[in-house]
Amino acid sequence: MGGVRVILISGRTLEQGTNLENKLSDEYMNATAVCELSERELEKLGLKGDGTERVRVRTSAGEIVVAAKKGEGYPEGVAFIPMGPWANAVVNGNTKGSGMPFFKGIEAEIEPTDDEIPSIYDLMRRYKE
Amino acid sequence: MAVYTDVLCPFCGCICDDIVVEVGEDGKITKVKGACAIGRSKIMGHDRMESPAIREDGELRDCSYDEAIKRAAEILADARRPLLYGWSSTVCETDRAGVELAVEIGAIIDNTASVCHGPSILAIQDVGLPSCTLGQIRNRADIVIYWGSNPVFAHPNHMKRYSYLSKGRFTPGGKKDRKMVVVDVRETKSAKLADLFVKVRPGGDFLVFSALRAILRGHEDVVPDEVAGVEKKDLLSLAEMIKNANFIITFFGMGVTHSGARHNNIANAIEFTRAAHLHTKATIMPMRGHYNVNGFNQVCTWLLGYPFSIDLSQGYPWYNPGETGAVDVLVHGECDAALIISSDPASHFPADAVRHLARIPVIQIDPYPNPTTEFADVVIPSAICGVEAEGSVYRMDSVPLRVRKIVDSKFMADEEIIRRILEEVRAIKEKEGE
Repeated sequence: MGGVRVILISGRTLEQGTNLENKLSDEYMNATAVCELSERELEKLGLKGDGTERVRVRTSAGEIVVAAKKGEGYPEGVAFIPMGPWANAVVNGNTKGSGMPFFKGIEAEIEPTDDEIPSIYDLMRRYKE
Repeated sequence: MAVYTDVLCPFCGCICDDIVVEVGEDGKITKVKGACAIGRSKIMGHDRMESPAIREDGELRDCSYDEAIKRAAEILADARRPLLYGWSSTVCETDRAGVELAVEIGAIIDNTASVCHGPSILAIQDVGLPSCTLGQIRNRADIVIYWGSNPVFAHPNHMKRYSYLSKGRFTPGGKKDRKMVVVDVRETKSAKLADLFVKVRPGGDFLVFSALRAILRGHEDVVPDEVAGVEKKDLLSLAEMIKNANFIITFFGMGVTHSGARHNNIANAIEFTRAAHLHTKATIMPMRGHYNVNGFNQVCTWLLGYPFSIDLSQGYPWYNPGETGAVDVLVHGECDAALIISSDPASHFPADAVRHLARIPVIQIDPYPNPTTEFADVVIPSAICGVEAEGSVYRMDSVPLRVRKIVDSKFMADEEIIRRILEEVRAIKEKEGE
């Protein structure tokens, strides 16, 4: 199964916000280690988007495995990951002299995968290596 | 049981001040009424960091406040280019102490604005900000525009308390007397509630602001049939709505600060507001995130002349976001120690910045453990401002308010922690000078 190319944005969701000071919990991981995709993208990827399948998201900054979920209101070619450590694993640190990283409008490639979603501890361990 | 009314919520820049908190006999909060889901979760509290701790052989070992504060001071006094970051979910009194600490050790001091509304501040410095208070919006605004902002998720009570759904003096009918417009790249929950939803292509906001400016200034002939995915006829009808309104507010969020042209987006949004002044009263306001992100910018501006991303290593304030921003100094591998207060860069900074943070000594001051704790070398738990400690804060419209202490806590307040670190640093320096 091939991948799709999308413009990736990250941002706040209610579930992400309510678990903001509870980030080591499963609730936070369930709320933020998720990629929301439009129906068209899910079709192309051959996924249901019920949250049980996983995708690999790849950008110039790196890659991350997250759950795939159907999102409402997305135009074709736009995907969303709630702000947080999973989204930021694929955000580029180059601020182009502005001080502000590009948290939105990121070119990304998404493909289905059977790999596991890294836990928050796995993610932080990667940074320590 | 004690009941506290008119409690201020220490979560987002709305700082709703109509919250009711019930406290049981044991001094624990039992109920929170009137707050949104996010605010209630913050005020109710949950798993805290129980003890100060120092990392030894890779593991955090519990210690006393004295020991943790002493170790933190040693790290900072030793550092050649320390970063002091966070400062938005604490009170202005803490921020003032933080500025003193930054001056003492020649640090870079920055707050979460640098990954949030930093570009808005740059634009405001360029072209000013025709703004107002949230009270004026509640009482007067008949057109409320949310541009690149999803208040249903990010500021859940904003519409009810201050804008579209609120009832004011000249808007007694609430939403019957107002129109809500949402401009976004996707149809968000907020967009579903709007009278008009304008869907823009990602990164296209600058062009749409420019087109609206042209139309409002009487130059609709230069606007093409379609602008960044928006049809000209829709822009014309939005401009018509604006021309016929009494009072317009544009609230803008991360959708414009995080994408495309950054501060240029915001400068153009402000110029669009100015163009509307040819026809009616129009105002614009950033949807500030953390409850006191604005307060840090205010405190720094009084004390250092600049609002954020300030480098004090040369003995005077140097301000150049893009060079002196927290993400930049981390990605460039410049800083050799960091103090993180009431913030979690391990979650909210790009991977490259987190990688450097994991390499250097990190001091964390926070009520809660979070991913930054995973590589913090000194952990200092603190009281929750607005629940367990009082202080001054600035709402998103720059109105200063005083958040209260509702319950007692065994944890030290942020200001005291910073002041004690500062004392220790001064003691170390004095000793070195002898």
